[in-house]
Amino acid sequence: MAAVQWRSRGRNYDAELQRCRPEAALVEFGDYHPLKPIMVTDTKTRRGTRKGSTSSSSSSSSSAPADPLSSMLDGTDPLSMFAAASASEAPAMSHSVSAGDLGRKKREKEEEVVGPDFEPWSSKRGEILARFTTTEKLSINLCMGSDKGKAPSPGSAVSEKVRTRLEELDDLEEGSQRELLNLSQQDYANRIEELNQSLKEAWASDQKVRALKIVIQCSKLLSDTSVIQFYPSKFVLITDILDTFGRLVYDRIWTMCSDPRPLPDSFTVDDVNDTAKETCLNWFFKIASIRELLPRLYVEAAILKCNRFLNKSGIQETLPRLTAMIRGIGDPLVAAYTRAYLCRVGMEVAPHLKDSLNRNFFDLLGTFRQISGDSVQNQLVLQRVEVPEYLTLYSPAINWILQCIAYRAPEACKMMDRCKKLGNNALLLNSVMRAFRPEFVAARATDFIGMIKDCDEAGFPKHLLFGSLGRSLACADPPESERLTILNEAWKVVTKVRNPQDYVNCAEIWVEFTCRHFTKREVNTVLADIIKHMTPDRAFEDAYPQLQSVIRKILTYFHDFSLLFSMERFLPFLDMFQKDSVRVEVCRSIMEVFIKHQVEPTRDPVILNAMLHICKTMHDSVNALTLEDEKRSLALLIIGFIRVVSFGRDFEQQLSFCVEARATFCNLEPVLVQLIHTVNQLAMETSAVMRGSHSRKTAAFVRACAAYSFITIPSLSSIFSRLSLYLLSGQVALANQCLSQADAFLKAAVSILPDVPRSISVEGKLRSSESFLLDFINNFLATLLVVPDHPEHGVLYLVRGLLNMVQDYTWEDNSDAKVRVYVSALPLLAAMSQETYLYSIPKVDSNETLYGGDPKFLSEINKLCETLIGQILDHLKALGRDEQSTRRQCALAFSLFGVLLAHGDLRNNKLSQLAVNLWNLSHKHGYCETRISVRTLEYIKHQAHLPDMTHLTDTVQRLALQSRT
Amino acid sequence: MSVTLDIRLKRANKVYHEGETVAGVILLVCREALQHHGITLSMEGLVNLQLSSKSVGVFEAFYNSVKPIQLISSNIEVAKAGKVPAGKTEIPFEFPLNTKGNKVLYETYHGVFVNIQYTLRCDMKRSLLAKDLSRNCEFIVHSQPQKAKVVPTPVNFTITPDTLQNIRERTALPKFLIRGHLDATNCVISQPLTGEVVVENSDVPIKSIELQLVRVETCGCAEGYARDATEIQNIQIAEGDVCHSLAIPIYMVFPRLFTCPTLETTNFKVEFEVNIVIVLHDDHLITENFPLKLCRV
Repeated sequence: MAAVQWRSRGRNYDAELQRCRPEAALVEFGDYHPLKPIMVTDTKTRRGTRKGSTSSSSSSSSSAPADPLSSMLDGTDPLSMFAAASASEAPAMSHSVSAGDLGRKKREKEEEVVGPDFEPWSSKRGEILARFTTTEKLSINLCMGSDKGKAPSPGSAVSEKVRTRLEELDDLEEGSQRELLNLSQQDYANRIEELNQSLKEAWASDQKVRALKIVIQCSKLLSDTSVIQFYPSKFVLITDILDTFGRLVYDRIWTMCSDPRPLPDSFTVDDVNDTAKETCLNWFFKIASIRELLPRLYVEAAILKCNRFLNKSGIQETLPRLTAMIRGIGDPLVAAYTRAYLCRVGMEVAPHLKDSLNRNFFDLLGTFRQISGDSVQNQLVLQRVEVPEYLTLYSPAINWILQCIAYRAPEACKMMDRCKKLGNNALLLNSVMRAFRPEFVAARATDFIGMIKDCDEAGFPKHLLFGSLGRSLACADPPESERLTILNEAWKVVTKVRNPQDYVNCAEIWVEFTCRHFTKREVNTVLADIIKHMTPDRAFEDAYPQLQSVIRKILTYFHDFSLLFSMERFLPFLDMFQKDSVRVEVCRSIMEVFIKHQVEPTRDPVILNAMLHICKTMHDSVNALTLEDEKRSLALLIIGFIRVVSFGRDFEQQLSFCVEARATFCNLEPVLVQLIHTVNQLAMETSAVMRGSHSRKTAAFVRACAAYSFITIPSLSSIFSRLSLYLLSGQVALANQCLSQADAFLKAAVSILPDVPRSISVEGKLRSSESFLLDFINNFLATLLVVPDHPEHGVLYLVRGLLNMVQDYTWEDNSDAKVRVYVSALPLLAAMSQETYLYSIPKVDSNETLYGGDPKFLSEINKLCETLIGQILDHLKALGRDEQSTRRQCALAFSLFGVLLAHGDLRNNKLSQLAVNLWNLSHKHGYCETRISVRTLEYIKHQAHLPDMTHLTDTVQRLALQSRT
Repeated sequence: MSVTLDIRLKRANKVYHEGETVAGVILLVCREALQHHGITLSMEGLVNLQLSSKSVGVFEAFYNSVKPIQLISSNIEVAKAGKVPAGKTEIPFEFPLNTKGNKVLYETYHGVFVNIQYTLRCDMKRSLLAKDLSRNCEFIVHSQPQKAKVVPTPVNFTITPDTLQNIRERTALPKFLIRGHLDATNCVISQPLTGEVVVENSDVPIKSIELQLVRVETCGCAEGYARDATEIQNIQIAEGDVCHSLAIPIYMVFPRLFTCPTLETTNFKVEFEVNIVIVLHDDHLITENFPLKLCRV
């Protein structure tokens, strides 16, 4: 095909714009319009209709067209509901983090009568199991008739095997005694679980006696206090079995009575038939004849609920009796836990029977003197357990009993008095503070401090007492006037704690109280004290979790960072975090709070210094091994900081901050990108301040900004961020009349184009880079329109340079990308040959003014166009050779046709002929979408009506629509 | 061909009193019709006495066991020889629980040397080829409530080394003082034995405190009579070194069947006692004995 002669169509952009503007058609209020905002007038009625039938909803909601999205939401949308919920829960959550086990987890309740505000046993269970552990070897001593289902213990030693053999023999002969020795804690738990299973199996296979035997043997284990540290956990495990048993018996009797119809929940004795009663009575007789005290107590407690089947007052009579019987247990720890179990069962069955709960408690108090008795002391010596540790073993039991008592009890004060009279027992005091409502404790904080002081030092460590008090005070506020005294008194004791671990545990709790009610001065003092205690011997190394929690608490209450950083001891405190991972974590948490709460831009040197320090710490933690995600999140945090830094009108300082930041954060690319954006923005702000015309000084500053970007961009590794930043910075430079800088940016962009890899990794997947590159080039072309030619280089230097790069670039095989760039370069060239350009930059002379429509310039453009069209046509021809590529040929041809139509001067016969050919080519294989073709035709017809476009009429005649086959 | 024969009493707890009617059904379950030569049902109440080998010598105990005393006996024919249809057949019956003459129906009691037992026995006679079927079923008789009012007669006790008898070396005894009381020694059998025991002080820690329920059975025979005390049950009420001067409850339920109201007849006697047993850590055993009188109201 002979070379085409290109003539650009003359455009009058203003007139075209005028024509394009549709007549403004006002939308009446009542009219329907898809984009009109929907006003939801009444969400309540909506809610009602949702509940009702679907048919009614259509009629009642007819007042406002239902927004399908909002109608899903039933009034309030779930996100804002979440937000509201979390807002109200936020303080509570912070407590649960800080106040440890005081966080009341509310789990599902069984069919209990107690309300949901009663913290159930199930939530205590795990805590106890986790807290009371041991590395000592445990043993289970069972006397069971016929338990053959046991696996031989996995010990490898011969003696071990022999022992199991012998045991098995014993099993056969006597059918009884067997002792499992050397169990680890986990083994022990597993054994108990096995027993639980075999209990269920025995029950299911109707071996009731065997089931009872298992339960008795298990509860017998509770009288064994060897490895006493493990006792609370053992209690938890074994009472699980008892609970199972109690449930099984109750359910069995229940089903016996539900013959005609199931018993109602609130059944009375009269609803129970004789057989059921007899079975129930049998159980009680059987249990009453158990020889040992402890199993008899536990098993009867386990089936306490079954009393309901026998008579109305059964539970009421049994509870006090069992309570009294516990007095027969000599070991105070065993007794305390038995009481806890009884209270637990009692609470489940009859929470209103406070008397026996109280009775239990006072009996417990009565037996406290046993702790100092010989039996207990000898035992402790034997097991090498210290008294304070021994006393903590009581806490779960006493806490539980007290919790039961305190639940909805108005007479807490009376209890307090009684406790006071009973000789200021520290252990008891501790439990009282833990079990009673924080509000109650807080209101009497001064009293408590007095009592704590009166306690003797020997038994329970005082810092634990203050810890418990602090925990309560962290949740509830003591009277305003007492707060300072409380803090002083408490801290006086806390600061005297020698052991750093004990100290920090306690101090950590009190930080919350201090932050809550006092100013930075007090918090500062507290921090100073902690530093003083934790620095010797690098004690802080073992206390990172506590120290972290201190920081967290401070951050919860102090959101004013200038205040925070002006605390002298805050940064030294941070210095205690010397393990890298912990330090970064702390910095991160500070940053998170900072970003969340520092809304106002700041230039406060204190904040900036401190934050730079913190950010630098985070940045410096990045190394070759850091994960991508980690880097990204760190970068985000640092970016968040950079964004709130603002020096207002002091642009130079801002720039120098960016310089500093660049030096500091050179390893995190996203931060550098942000810095370049910040500097670009700075340049634009300067321009805005100067209203577009720079003074000598600002011009120099803006150039400095450009220089900053220019040297920063090459250090980025991602080619596309480099490209887009070059382009963006070039645009900014242009906007600030820095022509040579803009030139340099754009040239740099063009020069790195060949380096663009053919595939890049996007979110971890390898993708072709072609589409990204095409996008960029189109964007770039659009900018080139306004870039004036460099006086020392030839005409259209940058455009040519770009096109050369495009030509030399190694595109993917079988790709039309290159040609598509050519097609999209045509509109640019056409636009360049207009007398006035579509857009321009204020105070920058584009080529239109530089050349003033010089024919030589125009012919240069036309020549370039012709070369491009030639290339495109060659490519089309090449595509035609292959069957498979006809679809691509068609698409390309059609897009070239579009360009010709829009930008070419079709009065020229050759061009018009080319257009027609292209149309036919694109329709040749029937791949063209008819709808688009039709619309294109309509458009051309419409254009033909315009004054200077009449020549199009001829062209239209020659464009044939492909008939549908 | 499987047949099951069973006796089902109307009362779930199988407890009857004199003058009442023992009612129930004989339950026959068979797959196909069953030929039989008659079904009979008999009720019998017996006192079995056995002489303990300790008191009369082994051989005499073996041979010379005293003849059982019959308290009640009656017999009825439930069905004449015939056929029982396949499936489940229930034949109801009733026995009046009345004694002849001046005999008394003693309360059911399972002991060692004295047994008082009431049974129902159902026999089905069958042809020569098939075995006869029979089934026993015990039912329980509670004696008539006592007319006179029960006077609880509580008892207080104090145990110190000085109050003890039967000691080998009084000097080796540690010091202790244990006080307590039983709420009643005239006990109602359906109600538990209650009381309190307080360890006021003890030099040696206490290992265990137990309640031992003992039956004392006396059988009269030609050579005189034999009296034997045996343990019924042992209930621990305190374990380990209990808190001093804190009252520990005494509580024991009288086991069914193994206890009955204290019984005194011409041929035999059944009495009960309770021992409070205190075991010290050095394995000293201290026992305090209390005779009980059980009754039913």
